[in-house]
Amino acid sequence: MNARVLTANRLGDGAVVYRDAAGNWVEALEQAALAEDEAAEQALLMAGEDALARQLVVGPYLIEVALKAAAPSPLSQRERIRASGPTVAAWPAQVG
Amino acid sequence: MYRYDEFDYTLVNERIQQFRGQVSRRLNGELSEDEFRPLRLMNGLYLQLHAYMLRVAIPYGTLSADQMRMLAHIARRYDRGYGHFTTRQNIQYNWPKLEDVPDMLADLANVEMHAIQTSGNCIRNVTADPFAGVAADEIEDPRVFAEIIRQWSTLHPEFSFLPRKFKIAVTGSPADRAAVGFHDIGLKMRRGPDGEIGFEVVVGGGQGRTPLVGQTIRDFLPKADLLSYLEAILRIYNEQGRRDNIYKARIKILVESLGAPAFAELVEREWEQTRGGGLDLPGDEIARIETYFAPPSYPPASVADNALTQARAAYPVFDRWCRVNLSDHRQPGYGIVNISLKPTGGIPGDISAEQMDVVADLADQFSLGEIRATYVQNLVLPHVRLADLKPLYDALADAGLATANIGLATDIISCPGLDFCNLANARSIPVAQRISERLADPDRLEAMGALRINISGCINACAHHHTGDIGLLGVDRKGVELYQITLGGRGDGDAAIGSIIGPAFSYDNVVGAVDNVIGTFLEQRQDGENFAETYRRIGPAPFKEQLYGTA
Repeated sequence: MNARVLTANRLGDGAVVYRDAAGNWVEALEQAALAEDEAAEQALLMAGEDALARQLVVGPYLIEVALKAAAPSPLSQRERIRASGPTVAAWPAQVG
Repeated sequence: MYRYDEFDYTLVNERIQQFRGQVSRRLNGELSEDEFRPLRLMNGLYLQLHAYMLRVAIPYGTLSADQMRMLAHIARRYDRGYGHFTTRQNIQYNWPKLEDVPDMLADLANVEMHAIQTSGNCIRNVTADPFAGVAADEIEDPRVFAEIIRQWSTLHPEFSFLPRKFKIAVTGSPADRAAVGFHDIGLKMRRGPDGEIGFEVVVGGGQGRTPLVGQTIRDFLPKADLLSYLEAILRIYNEQGRRDNIYKARIKILVESLGAPAFAELVEREWEQTRGGGLDLPGDEIARIETYFAPPSYPPASVADNALTQARAAYPVFDRWCRVNLSDHRQPGYGIVNISLKPTGGIPGDISAEQMDVVADLADQFSLGEIRATYVQNLVLPHVRLADLKPLYDALADAGLATANIGLATDIISCPGLDFCNLANARSIPVAQRISERLADPDRLEAMGALRINISGCINACAHHHTGDIGLLGVDRKGVELYQITLGGRGDGDAAIGSIIGPAFSYDNVVGAVDNVIGTFLEQRQDGENFAETYRRIGPAPFKEQLYGTA
């Protein structure tokens, strides 16, 4: 089954972050709070607006995830790459 | 090289002070993201998928060794130890922290660099032939006028909020190494009716979702009239370019909808009102800028070097590198050395801080301290004595910078794609890496001849896929990456837009499809033809048949 989580980029370094159940912004998607109904989605969006206003994050939005063995996995390739980082080395091979 | 005067220093330093204040107000909450975003973009700072990205301008692609060392320092101190050369002769850092950016800009200013005009709807950093001042076929050094355009366009108040971004390229050679046909304005230096040198003015080229080759609106423009004529073009565009639809806002749409002759007439009419006025370029001012780009005094060099001949005979790998990566220099006994940033399986345009330092040291040792960046995402050492080629090659090889593939099929132009870019629909870099591995065999690669592969991760076409012999465009179909293949594009003097060959391929199958296209070319080519020549002769049908079964 699918659920939604709230994501954004952290203001200070632009890192991809997710909102957890305790109201923190965390880098691990597995720790994100899952919204499985519209009320929960609205609550997350409001938390996002609040974090935006308090200059914690930039551009909060909901993404759709599939729950595989209870671990969230984004449906879109873009969000999978945001969640796990570039699929290529993020720096060139060290010169020998 | 151009050196900053007091005005340049003041402008750049005031800009850094201003941006430092803006960043600090953003971090303490006085500025919202909506307020801050246009301000950061005016300073080259983007927010990408995983982090901020700072794009640093390299005006007309010319760098000193000291500037390259500073780029290395910035990569180490503020980023992850590398940088990425772009398809507009700029360099990008993929992982800066917001609070560090003002310090990065201050470090850059110490070597007369900045990030102004690398984003936003202004006249962007002007690009030029990377072989400017040294090409054997050059009429005149185009950087003199690229610099004059830079001075005129930087923070130009009238042109800071254009309908859309605006890109100008200048070349001084008949051979186009700056893709002038695909710029908002392309300037080609040429001789006029009386033998004097001026410009052919090409307008309305571009790629993106409406790829168009620029059209000549003036065959010959005298040097003195350059700025007044450019200003007339920009005025017409600023007034009549569309602001209601971002996809129709570039000047190419205006030129296309009016027709080039009608657009030219509007420009000429506007120009009549301003020519001969304050924007005329005085001869002594042109001469002053020319002195910055005067040819260096070349230490004597012999044209026929025995040691070089022997080394080429003794080391076939070195010999191949000389055949492929060396270009003709106007000064006898010298060569232009191209440094490929496309090692087998590497990320096109990426270079580590250590490699930047190596290039800087080698530039000091062998190239009179000068380096160029190309829009093909490679580097150039412009003034190398032929007698120095072997030691230079050895040092480059030790640093992993001696790949012999300039202009060949693995010299792939690739945008950052979905691995980094907020606008991308599909990945570009890993496709480039896999193609480069598939085509790595150096004998086969060289035998294929000139062949350009371009890979863009979205329709914005940062990797110029429309101009590739083989162009790949990444698209997103319901969350799945697919790649359209276009064939028959040209980015050089005979600029042409490629045509889509058929249905798109999956991420897994696209490399095989490219190999299939190359196989058809090798099967069909006659006596040493390159890909473009074969394609022009036989057309798309044989390629289609091999790719999809039936024609």
